This record gives sequence, structure tokens and C-alpha cells, in this order.
Amino acid sequence: MADRPSPRLPERDRPWLMRTYAGHSDARRSNELYRRNLEKGQTGLSIAFDLPTQTGYDPDHELARGEVGKVGVSIAHRGDMRTLLDQIPLGEMNTSMTINATAAWLLALYIVTAEEQGVDQKQLQGTTQNDILKEYLSRGTYAFPPGPSMRLIADTIAYTVTHIPRWNPINICSYHLQEAGATPVQEIAFTMSNAIAVLDAVRQRVPQELMGSVFGRISFFVNAGVRFIEEHAKLRAMAILWDELGRERYAVQEDKQRRFRYGVQVNSLGLTEAQPENNVYRIALEALAVTLGRSVRARAVQLPAWNEALGLPRPWDQQWSLRLQQILAYETDLLEYPDIFEGSKVMEGLVAELLAGAREEMQRVAELGGAVEAVDYMKAALVESHRERWRRIEAGEQVVVGMNRFTSTEPSPLTAGADGGVLRVDPQVEAEQREALARWRAERDQAAVERALGELARVARAEHENIMPATIAAARAGATTGEWAQTLREVFGEYRAPTGVAEAAALSSQQVDELREEVERLSEALGRRLKFLVGKPGLDGHSNGAEQIAVRARDAGMDVVYEGIRLTPAQIANSAAQEGVHVVGLSILSGSHRELIPAVLEALRQTGVGEVPVVVGGIIPESDAEALREAGVAAVYTPKDWDLNRMMHDIVALVAERHGIAAPA
Amino acid sequence: MSLGTADGLELAGRLRAGDLSAAPAVLNLLESRAPAAGEQAAALLSGVSPAALGGEAPGHVVGVTGPPGVGKSSLLSALLREWRARQRTVAVLAVDPTSRRSGGALLGDRARIDAAPGDRGVFIRSTAAGGRLGGLAPATRAAAAALAAAFDVVVIETVGVGQSETEVADVADTVAVVVQPGSGDVLQFLKAGIMEIPDVLVVTKADLGRIATRAQADLTAALRSLGADRTPVLAVSALPPGAGIGELVEALDAHRAALDLPARRLHARRRHALADFAAEHGERGLRALGGRRAAERWLAEQDPALDVPALVSGLEQRAGVR
Repeated sequence: MADRPSPRLPERDRPWLMRTYAGHSDARRSNELYRRNLEKGQTGLSIAFDLPTQTGYDPDHELARGEVGKVGVSIAHRGDMRTLLDQIPLGEMNTSMTINATAAWLLALYIVTAEEQGVDQKQLQGTTQNDILKEYLSRGTYAFPPGPSMRLIADTIAYTVTHIPRWNPINICSYHLQEAGATPVQEIAFTMSNAIAVLDAVRQRVPQELMGSVFGRISFFVNAGVRFIEEHAKLRAMAILWDELGRERYAVQEDKQRRFRYGVQVNSLGLTEAQPENNVYRIALEALAVTLGRSVRARAVQLPAWNEALGLPRPWDQQWSLRLQQILAYETDLLEYPDIFEGSKVMEGLVAELLAGAREEMQRVAELGGAVEAVDYMKAALVESHRERWRRIEAGEQVVVGMNRFTSTEPSPLTAGADGGVLRVDPQVEAEQREALARWRAERDQAAVERALGELARVARAEHENIMPATIAAARAGATTGEWAQTLREVFGEYRAPTGVAEAAALSSQQVDELREEVERLSEALGRRLKFLVGKPGLDGHSNGAEQIAVRARDAGMDVVYEGIRLTPAQIANSAAQEGVHVVGLSILSGSHRELIPAVLEALRQTGVGEVPVVVGGIIPESDAEALREAGVAAVYTPKDWDLNRMMHDIVALVAERHGIAAPA
Repeated sequence: MSLGTADGLELAGRLRAGDLSAAPAVLNLLESRAPAAGEQAAALLSGVSPAALGGEAPGHVVGVTGPPGVGKSSLLSALLREWRARQRTVAVLAVDPTSRRSGGALLGDRARIDAAPGDRGVFIRSTAAGGRLGGLAPATRAAAAALAAAFDVVVIETVGVGQSETEVADVADTVAVVVQPGSGDVLQFLKAGIMEIPDVLVVTKADLGRIATRAQADLTAALRSLGADRTPVLAVSALPPGAGIGELVEALDAHRAALDLPARRLHARRRHALADFAAEHGERGLRALGGRRAAERWLAEQDPALDVPALVSGLEQRAGVR
């Protein structure tokens, strides 16, 4: 009898790249954090930038208020980048940068920093996220209109393919689509449609013989939810579609160039504030979705921390997540086998089902003229899916342990500490960054900066020139993030993405019947329909929550003024006054609530509508919630208040009380 | 927002004095259906009536309408900048197309109109259309009349094409219909007489070049064949740097200058009164007046200086419903 072939690989696989999405405050503090993380066995860097850096504003811009150093590190110029990467050898590092609208600029700063370290750009390895369509659909850190944005993406791809051959110039993201509520089919279809839009744009700007290398450098950034079997099937379906696209649409000959390569951050949407320790299990199961099957195993993994629904994770929380990756890679036998799903009928069936659904949905997007033209359609579809998901959770059809089922709990020792179990950014950081920026501006060669920005503006207007060389020159000259972006805003114009809320289907009436009654009665007593302003102050673009609130308020019978993201306190106050609203709802997830909410309250007072009650929702630690209530906020909602009908009921009662109307029975 | 019922006379006084900050309270009052508000609203409207002002309200009421997606909000943003550059104050009444399936409505227009938040010379208010595409919210007519006493320009923005301009035309001094290049339906509507001939036709997205020029030529030819060769057809681009916006402002001004304003406003007030009466008392009320035609004849005989609430109460007395 012949020897049975070993089910094992001849040699254990090398583990994936292990990263932690990290960065906060300023470059110096983040650099310390990175070096500590690398010591702990992290094998790559994943840089989180703050919102002003991501949207192209300097720390001293009005819109940057309260946001500097909050969700990531503030990088305003090459001096900041140099400090951020101090003593980290860029020739050997593999760095992922979550940067989109300003990706070309941050890449330029990275190249210039490498130059200063004596490292040639040819040696650099890493990824710029650089995916603008999903910013319009979900994440909100866009700066320019679709046309110029696609050009910036195409330019960075064309540049890196020839000058930084090991760089992944774009990470097409399905991650944020899932966070916005996408079903697996939508996630696959919208992501692939997005990839087509990018590749079609690049095709206009590089010679055909380079398309193979371009295709080979496109990578993906995916999500994995807790339904980990289906999630794994989703990745297999994406790999099949990608290979097909390469062969059929772009004539990519080499197999290697058509391989589906992706990094992953597992799901944050499903992480709960209630019994937050349970999130550790969720994260572990989600990590299996992207590592179990060898043929579509992630190239790079970053895991969220257990406390993301509470606030910003501390270094220890991130370490805990890193250890999970290390246990999976080094303690388990995961890396010893070939693809364990090869030949599985169940897996094949699941993949076939997802493929069929995705093809149909891709066809629909294609019929609308492609992903850029279909942004409105996709956005509305996501809002609708998210609404359905939320309805299922509220109705108990979808179980979330500790949240809508098995809710009785002992007090958690994890959140008992003085910090409430989350990281707090030193509020001094913003002032420090503003001062440091003023010093930088005073010390640089101003004439050189102006020349470089003038050249940048010229190239931006010259549609067929690549934006990268002028961008790198501006980085060298000492221009700032805000100056680079402002120069381009002046040429390209600005943009507001669709909100997607107007198209969301109305909830079936029995779910909101009682609420509608309350709203009708209150509106009658008020003399006109209850009017509710929903707004997002600051630069935070995570609008999924605010959109769901707006849609539910409408379903409950309110007139809802929804203004979308990126509003200044003055804008919100102005709208509240002009629209004559009865109540204002603010949503903030970026941790800037301590600065921005009081600023909105003050602006309302100054506009003469200080008596309009304000409710706040977001990721807000309890101690902050208390301070906000003291400052005059009527109610604070956090992820544990997931019952939207109850929230609406509260709002009705609040307005009734303020107007001296007897509360509805 | 005021917690009590506002004083209509006081608000009228503020509008007459050019106090733009009265606008939110004016809208709150006119939108209110509370019994006490009705009287105050009537006081407000009589306080800004031609009789009180000694003539028609000076503001230019401009209707801007067109199908969804033609770029009305971008156009309005560009118009706002142009009017502000010419030192004119502007109120925008954005009638949102969102239906009221649930009674509630999502008002998203405001977000799409780009205006400086600190600019006190601009007022934007959104309201729900109230069921019909292109229909006006009940308070919009009254608000336009009142705000025209204080603002240089009052814009009523509605969505739709076909019947909807008719309703806007009843309120506005000048109606601009906005279309985008390649939308043949407008051409068809015009030819078939489904759509009334607008005062100004605007073709957006002139940056599309030849397509826009061609659309402009087609529309001009269609209007000429209908004998409406005085309706200007303008191609504009609202994207920066923008093109044709100054010309559009001048075309709107020219229409207004050539207009018999008192006659148009008088017509508008009478239509408005009849619409309000019908909304309140329905078909039965109209029958009591001897039908719509008879009511229109009666209205035509009334004192031109009467404001809308006075006309409505006249109709009510005649119908015996009061």
C-alpha cells in the first residue's frame, strides 16, 4: 500500500503581518507607542491619523477644533512625519497608512522622510488606503469631488507602480461597507464595483503594458463579522471574482498578479458596550474567518480592542488584541495545513450563493454607470440594510449576547478603574500642535513653499500631469497638510456626499404605531409638527448612527432636518434657529465630545435658541456623560441605548416637558 | 423658537423695519395650526399687506423648480453667492420632495445648499412638500409674501416638472425652470403643453460643453415654435469657477422689471386665498360658493388691497361656514 500523503504542509507557513491600528496625540507620543508595539512582536505598522490630517486641515483650522490627536496622530508636515518614524528603519518596515483624501500627500511625506533616513523610495513597502468611494459611502473623510478624487488615486497608483514597486497604492475597502450595514452580497459587489471604477480610471493614465503590475498591486481591506463561516465564504467569492476581473476585463496574464490580496480589521459594528468583555470572544471568532482557509488567508491582520464601543483603547488593550494574533499564529496548528475547506460541499455551496447574488448586484451598479455614478444608489442601499439589521436586533430576531439577550450581569472589573477602561487624550495636545505649527511656519523658507504650492496648483489644473512629483516637492519645501489640501480645494472644489437617508424605506407601521400617536399628539399641542435637527459636529465622518436616528425619527412622524457630517457649532446653531426645530440631536464618535458639545451649546445660546434641548449620542464614557449633562445636555445616549424607539419616546417626552405640555400617557 | 404664541403685529413691524432676524419666528408662526396662532398669523399678514406697506412688498419672489438631480442645489448655492456679492439679502424656502408616508419627513435640502453660516443676510428654511411632488407646503405662500417685505430676494425651491410650476407660478413673481442637458422630457412637456411656459429656462451643467449648447438651442427653438420667444434660455455652470450665474441674475431681474407686479401679486393673493379656503373647507365649501369659477369671479371683484386672510374670511362668510 502506497504511503498516504500527509495532510500537512511540508513546512509550516509564515504568519501574516501583525499590526495594531494605532496613533494618537502628536508624533512624539505615537512614535513611543510604535516602538513599544514593535518590541512586543508586532511585525508591521498601521498608522491612525487624526481627522484633520485625514480631511486636509491644519490643527489651527476651525473645523479641527476638538479633533486634533483624537482618533489618531496629527501630522501637519514633514517634521511631524520625521518625528513619528524616528528610529524606525523605513527600508525594513512595512507600513499601512489609513489615509484616503490626503493619501498622495501623506505618501509624499513618507517618501521624504525615507529620503532623510537615506532610504531610497524603491525599497519602501506598505499600503496607503486611498479608497475614496467608501469614504463617500461610509467613512466620511473625503475632501474633493469624485472626478478629481479618482484622478488623485490614479496618479498615486501610476506613480508607485513605476517608482515604489513594492507599495500597495490602494486598499479597496469592503471593511467600512460592512460597518455601514452591508450584507455579505453587498459587501462583495460594491467592493468589486469600486475596484472596477479605480482600475478603469487608472487605465486612462498608464500604458496598457503596465496594467498587469497595476492589477497586481491592488489590495483589499476587508471586514469579518461574527458569522465566521459565511464571512470566510465571502472572501473565497471575492478571490474568484477578482481573478475573473483580471483575466476578462483587464487581460492580466500572470496568475500571481491576479491573486486576491487583502488585509483585515475585524468587525467593530458588532462589538457591544454592554458586557464589553464578551467582545474578546467575538474578535477571536472573527479572526478565524480570515485565517482558517489557507487559499484566502489575510496578508495582514489588525484586531480591534475589546473596549472600542466604550472609547479609545489604551496600549494594554491593544496588546491584548495583538496577543490573540500571536496565539493563533504560534500556539495553534493553524499554519500547518493546506486549505482545510478544499472540497467542502458546504463551503462551495455558500460561495456559489454569494457569487450569484454579488454578480447580480454588480450588474445593477454597472447599469447605473459604474460605482462613481452609483454612489447614491449604494449609499441608500446601505442605509436600508443597516436599518433592517437594526430592526432585527430590536425585534430580537438577531441575537446579540449581553445586549438583547442574556443581559443580567455582574459588574465588570475591567471597567472599574479610574480611567473607566479607556484612553484619554491629553486636551493640551491641540494647543501644543497649534503652537508647534506656528513655529514650523515661522522657520521655513516661505518663498519656497509658495513656489511649490503654485506649481502644485498648476499641475492640478493640468489634467494629464501626475500630481505626485509636485506633491513630493511641496512636502520637501515644508508645506503643511492644510496648505496642500487647500491648494487642491481651490482647483477641484469641495463636495458633500449623499446622505442616503431620504430613500430609506419606512418602517412597517406596527413597530412605530404607538410612537406616531405620541408624535401626532405632541405636534398637535405644539401647533406644528415636531421638528428635530440631527447633526454631526466636527470632522467625524462615521454617520451610520446619525442616519439611523434620522430615519427612525422620520418613521415616528417627525420632521427631521438631517445635515450630514462635518458641521461647525455655528452651522448647527444657525440651522437650529432658522429651521425652528424643537430639539437638536448630535452624534460624535471621535472622542471630541468634551470640546465640541459645549461649543454647540454656547453657539445655540449666542444664536438666541439656547432653550432648545440638546441630546447627544456617541461613544461617550460615563464620566464624560455626567459632565455633558452638567453643561446642559438633556440626555446622553451610548451604544448600550440600542432601542431607538425608546430613544424617540424620550425625545417626545423631553420636548413635551420643555413646552409645559402634559406628557403623553 | 418661542415657547408661547408669537405676536403677529410685532413680527410684521420687525419685517417692515427690515429686521431679518424675525424670519425664523415668522415661519414658526405661519406654520402653526394652533387656534391662537391663526389670529396672530392674520395680524402678521395684514401688517405686511400692500395696504400696510403702501404698495407691494419690495422683495423679488423667485420660484426655482425642476426635476430631481438637475443640480438645483448647486445652482442655488451659486446664485446665493452672486446675490450676496451684489449686497442683496436672500431667503430660501426649500420645499423638500420627501413624501410624508409616515407623517414625518426627512428634510435634506439644507445640507446641499452651500451658504456661509455666519451670514445674517441669508435665511434658509426647509419644509415638507405635504404629499404631492412639486406641491407647496401650506405655509410657503404666506411665508413668501411676508418675507418679501424684508428680504431683497425670496426663493421658493420645489422639485418636479410638469404640473408643479403652476403652483409655484401662483406665488412667485418670476419662475425659473431648471433642466439639465439631455433631458428630452422637458422639451416634450413644453411641446405637449403639459408644462406651462416658464419665465426663465436654465440649462445646468454648461461645463458639459456641446451637449449643453445643443440643449440650449433645442429649448430655444421649441419655445420659439410655441411663440414664446421672450423666454430666455440660459446655460449655466454652478461648479467652480462657475459660468453664466451673473447673466442668470440679470435675466431674473429683467423679467421682474418688465412685469406688472401689482397685477401678478394680486392674482397670486386671490389664488392663495382660494387654495387656503379649499384646504380648510374642501369641496363642500367650494359648492357653497357656487363652485370654483364663481368663487374666482367673486374674488376678482374684491378690493385689490385686501390681504389673504381677509379674502379667506370673505369667502367663508359668503359660503356661510363661519
